[in-house]
Amino acid sequence: MADYLLEARSIKKQFGGLIAVNTLDFFIERGSIVSVIGPNGAGKTTFFNCITGFYQLTEGQILFDGKRLDGRAADEITKLGISRTFQNIRLFNNMTVIENIMVGQEAHLRSTWWGAVLNLPWVRKEDEQSEVRARELLSFVGLKGKGDHISSSLPYGEQRRLEIARALASKPKLILLDEPTAGMNPRETAETTEFIRRLRDELGISVLLIEHDMRVVMGISEKITVLDYGKKIAEGLPHEIQANPLVIEAYLGRGAAASAKIEISD
Amino acid sequence: MTQSVHQKNDWPVIIRIGLLAGIVALYVSVVGMVNAFNTRAIVDGVLNVGRLLLMIPPLFAGQYIVRKKLVSLEISQQFLAAAAIGALAAVPLTILLLLEAFFQGLGSSLREVFVNVSPALQEILLFGISSLPVGLLVMIAVSTTLGVVGTLFYTLSARMQHIIGRVLLYTILIGLFGELFTQILRPVLGNSLRYLFRSGALTPALAIVVILVIGALVWYWPTIQIRQEAWAGRQTETQRQQFQRGRFALSILLLLALPWILNTFLSDVMNTVGLYIMMGLGLNIAVGLAGLLDLGYVTNYAVGAYVMGVLTAQPPDGSGAGLSFWIVLPLCILAAMFTGFFFALPVLRMRGDYLAIATLGFGEIIRVLAISDWLRPIIGGAQGVLYIPKPTLFGLDLFNDPRFMYYIILAGCLLVLYIIWRLNNSRTGRKWMAIREDEDVAEAMGINLVRTKVLAFTLSAAAGGLAGGILAAKLGTVFPQSFSVFVSINVLAVIIVGGMGSIPGIIVGAIVLIGLPELLREFNEYRQLIYGALLVWMMLQRPEGLIPSAVRRRELYGVEAVEDPK
Repeated sequence: MADYLLEARSIKKQFGGLIAVNTLDFFIERGSIVSVIGPNGAGKTTFFNCITGFYQLTEGQILFDGKRLDGRAADEITKLGISRTFQNIRLFNNMTVIENIMVGQEAHLRSTWWGAVLNLPWVRKEDEQSEVRARELLSFVGLKGKGDHISSSLPYGEQRRLEIARALASKPKLILLDEPTAGMNPRETAETTEFIRRLRDELGISVLLIEHDMRVVMGISEKITVLDYGKKIAEGLPHEIQANPLVIEAYLGRGAAASAKIEISD
Repeated sequence: MTQSVHQKNDWPVIIRIGLLAGIVALYVSVVGMVNAFNTRAIVDGVLNVGRLLLMIPPLFAGQYIVRKKLVSLEISQQFLAAAAIGALAAVPLTILLLLEAFFQGLGSSLREVFVNVSPALQEILLFGISSLPVGLLVMIAVSTTLGVVGTLFYTLSARMQHIIGRVLLYTILIGLFGELFTQILRPVLGNSLRYLFRSGALTPALAIVVILVIGALVWYWPTIQIRQEAWAGRQTETQRQQFQRGRFALSILLLLALPWILNTFLSDVMNTVGLYIMMGLGLNIAVGLAGLLDLGYVTNYAVGAYVMGVLTAQPPDGSGAGLSFWIVLPLCILAAMFTGFFFALPVLRMRGDYLAIATLGFGEIIRVLAISDWLRPIIGGAQGVLYIPKPTLFGLDLFNDPRFMYYIILAGCLLVLYIIWRLNNSRTGRKWMAIREDEDVAEAMGINLVRTKVLAFTLSAAAGGLAGGILAAKLGTVFPQSFSVFVSINVLAVIIVGGMGSIPGIIVGAIVLIGLPELLREFNEYRQLIYGALLVWMMLQRPEGLIPSAVRRRELYGVEAVEDPK
């Protein structure tokens, strides 16, 4: 049996009459890069929010590294080793770049308020180490020397990378990236794709990706899951997905599906 | 051609602005502010606050035309418009005086409805001229002139505007607080003081000197700054450190010496300001740092005061607990922290407005509990707690004197200040900031929202409890009436006017909102009115506060505006 990092068993999320995620089974192998695609409104981001504890499941259960995730608050899930970025960048806009990353380390910090007031040596040491580590992460994502900028003053592409650095700061086992290349030009997209691969190869982090850019998805995914109306309609290797008539239908509509050869590959 | 088009578009605006200024002047007169402030001189025999209040509307209305570039084509037209605005600004008061004359002719008076429309007010408005038509003409002429002067001011260069503005502002402030200077300088100067200050205001001679000195200072300020920077650049690192240490020592010395420079009354005012600084710093943890709007801050103040009162009171019948101030003060802090913690638990799931309303409710709960019969055996119900002794030190009865009480309050302020400074640059401070910026994302980063918010509320309450405990000992009594919702609102106003999240801002805010009204006692009756006007003006013109923090400025104006102010 494969070594699963994340197992979601028949999970369901319902908002009133709308079933956003419908009895979905989903598995991530340890150390793999997995993508979730699907038309707008297919339930991809809702799925993310269910994993990260933003939403509570209506039904089903999620196991992460052998531990139940459902019923836990978002901060506990982060401490278990899952971190995420957001579709529309959500940095702490008025804080500096380095402060953003230091907040990202929260899951591993121990210093207390009274320790800070009394200026205890171990608190001071932890603070210094946390800043050193934050600066290391900053150079890893290629933002060296921008630590003291206000995060909202960075250009768009760098804000995306800062968000990833902040997510990495919690030392996750699994990182969830919600459309990391949205709004990027082809060169930036290629760089980001390469960067996502480095996350896995150099840091050993499993990656779950929501992405609309098919070049990115087809280029790096080891497994692709396709959602439509909250249901899984296909799952498999990139070339299998490209050839799947159900996927083409979901993206292009029934009529087009009959005549069109696969176009979604670019 | 275009000129006439412009005129056609602008005149309704001009009329509206002029009348608006007039209505403001009418309002301050009828409400009684002109009368009340007429006794508060700025320059003895030349200018008083009442007159200034009447002068401000036409002056500012005159500026409006140029600022909004209403009549931008021709200078002469601008002055015409300014004169019109000035004249219009006198119309409402003219109507008032004519009406009053008419009613007096009928053997009645407007005073039956508007009590402040007195002969004294008429005398002020008409410049003491007994003939009504002549007086009215003078009034209109003065108002017209002021409108033109307002416009003239705006035709000056930006630098001149800056200089004149500053000179007028500082001169008026010095004159306004002449009494303060009189009291401070009397022991030094003795009788020769009367050449400088008369009846609590500048003498005309000194006024001219002050204007010239401040003018010269503002004029040469850029040069002075450049020289100073050049000088600082030549210093070595150790010299600079020494300089900074010296400056720090000097300011501490000044703080310690302050009550002996000021007199007893002023020290007492300083003490009240100090208590509000303490509370402002405390509330700032919740509101400014963690973004939790707490409208029930008075709760903590009341808890601190009652704990101090009940545990230290020594009534003559010997029933009180009679513990020492120094033992009870930490208990006040702990009790307030406990209530803060207790109240925080149920409400922290709420956000923004809901949280504010819930905390407002807690403030009321405490007030109702304080006057309730249920707790009367312990805290005295509506009578409050009496016979609270002043603290003593080594058996010495020093603290009857507010000048010694000042040191307890100073120590309290410094303690709260130190704690906040440490927290600000710590993990805890970053957690609070993150929650204020984006609660959901903060939680996704692994921050436990409930714990972090409860901590903010509890620490915020601690400062309130400290202030309350000191208040009880300072006054010697605790009355439930002192813990109304206005305390919460005043503390909040201190933070907002000073500049949300900014520590120097809170200190300035407390001095402006709490200290100044104590010094200008005429203001007391109109305190809420002036507070209201000030807050509205602040929100419109300077929402970041008097001394804003960098973060707050960024929130309001974006990053570029802060990093590149020009």
